[in-house]
Amino acid sequence: MLAVDDLRVYYNTLKGDCRALDGVSFDIADGEIMGLAGESGCGKTTLGKSLIRLDSRMRYVDGSVALDGEALPLWNDRAMNDFRFRKVSIVPQYSMSALNPIRKVGRMTSELLEARGVDPSDLQPELERRLKLVGLTPDVLGMYPLELSGGMKQRVVLVISTLLDPSLLIADEITSALDVSSQRAVSKMLVEFRDRGFVKSAIMITHDLAVLYQVADTILVMYAGKLAEKASAETIVRSPRHPYTKLLLSSLPEVGARYETTKLRGIPGRPPSLIDPPTGCRFRDRCPLASAKCVEEPPFVEIGDKHQVACWNA
Amino acid sequence: MLQIHGISKVYKTGMFGRGALRAVDDVSFEVRPGEVVSLIGESGSGKSTIGKMILRLTPVTDGSIAYDGSDIALVKGRALRGYYRSVQGVFQDPFSSYNPIFKADRVLSMVKAEYFPGVSTADWRRKIEESLHAVSLNPPDVLGKYPHQLSGGQLQRLLIARALLLDIKILVADEVISMLDASTRIDVLNLLGDLKKQGLGILLITHDLALGNYISDSAVILRHGRIVERGATAKVFDDPRHPYTQALLASVPRLDEKWSDSAPPGREAFDADDAVGPLVQVGTDHFVAGAA
Repeated sequence: MLAVDDLRVYYNTLKGDCRALDGVSFDIADGEIMGLAGESGCGKTTLGKSLIRLDSRMRYVDGSVALDGEALPLWNDRAMNDFRFRKVSIVPQYSMSALNPIRKVGRMTSELLEARGVDPSDLQPELERRLKLVGLTPDVLGMYPLELSGGMKQRVVLVISTLLDPSLLIADEITSALDVSSQRAVSKMLVEFRDRGFVKSAIMITHDLAVLYQVADTILVMYAGKLAEKASAETIVRSPRHPYTKLLLSSLPEVGARYETTKLRGIPGRPPSLIDPPTGCRFRDRCPLASAKCVEEPPFVEIGDKHQVACWNA
Repeated sequence: MLQIHGISKVYKTGMFGRGALRAVDDVSFEVRPGEVVSLIGESGSGKSTIGKMILRLTPVTDGSIAYDGSDIALVKGRALRGYYRSVQGVFQDPFSSYNPIFKADRVLSMVKAEYFPGVSTADWRRKIEESLHAVSLNPPDVLGKYPHQLSGGQLQRLLIARALLLDIKILVADEVISMLDASTRIDVLNLLGDLKKQGLGILLITHDLALGNYISDSAVILRHGRIVERGATAKVFDDPRHPYTQALLASVPRLDEKWSDSAPPGREAFDADDAVGPLVQVGTDHFVAGAA
């Protein structure tokens, strides 16, 4: 299980700190697939990356993360190496950038395992078995990434990154670049990997709430570096409480909604700048329910069974 | 009115271009004024190639495209400028449509230099303000700004405003919303709907079935460069006849029901029956390939 407590990660910019992740606390239970949703720039990818590797512009500020009771030393790039791939693994946003274009898939996998002190031949049968499970033949190991389609690459990366049965898998926008049929296939594979115990729990980052509803057990909605709402996928979609979640859902065209009959509306305004963000609730400038109370920051509190919301007026 | 008559596109592939890839194969449809036609297909279905052929960015191998009755392949030189006054395109990635070292509104002043050199500065300002209002942008918010200072939705709307300066009749919108956030995506779609009401014909190229269904009057479903189903949106989406259309619709993630547990009818299942038959009419304004 994953426990994140008051995590703060800022980006260093010329204009000062960009507070992309500003105090987030949540838990993920064993066997849980948590969906992480929000507009671009809300900090969802920053959160995913923080849990595995901070890049040079990112700075750990505060907070703690514990995975299966063990604290993750996020601030220490070298100490994190003991956890990467074995305990925490990631499928990045563009599968192409995760694969080495001048190495055949099989050789790249072997090199990766050797770098972690694992003998690739021990895992060869398991690797082939899992490839078969996602509908690929072992032939792909002899191919260059260029020879694979987008959906195939995404499946290859999913298999490779979960080969050591990590406790936590971060899946960052794994379906966004795919066609609907591959999108469905890849999403179902993530669920199957969880069911078979290849990963204990997963964070699936996407802006597409409809995909999350199909796959995730719980959904966490972020806004401007803060948490807005977390609940079961069913609750988020059927009875959301945070005004931002409500607006986000109402801007999605359902199959059946038509411009002529049911005109949908977007959310007016833009998220605030995270370099010197406003005090209080960060959504209040765009919020239809905003009141005087909103100049104070709303706490992220439990209002129902496993349903947490950060809003004074929810 | 834009009429597309049996167009095909063959790309040369492989070393020395010996191989051939038929990206578009005998496709016909029309875009009438005040109508949104959505061209829906998965990657590699040839949907963007059709858009490029309409915009004359790539030549047609076979068949013809006619705008107001005249074949666009025959338009050359100065007359081409006249064609582009009526037909314009907007593409997927708004950020790559701008040169980052110039201010974003340079795309507007370039239209003046190219098409309206005689218009006075004051008249031009008024024209710009009108077209910005038409796409619900506030002129001070976008004029004089660099591309990185604007959001994706603003940049995309600015490109549509640029097309509107030309008093266009047909807009080719190639995946204009797929890079945008859900919250701004619907605003751009609604804008297309408003423009349609004012008589603009729009070809919306997309892989997103829900968005295609939301805005369009008629839909064309493409697969491997061929039309598998075509007709009024309500017919195609509510009563899909071709198994491929049915499979696509079943894969769309929905908020009101979960994917059924039956094996997903992936595209592999249809690769066998690659021979798509000719379109057969199955109802008023509803055509299906091979009439399954």
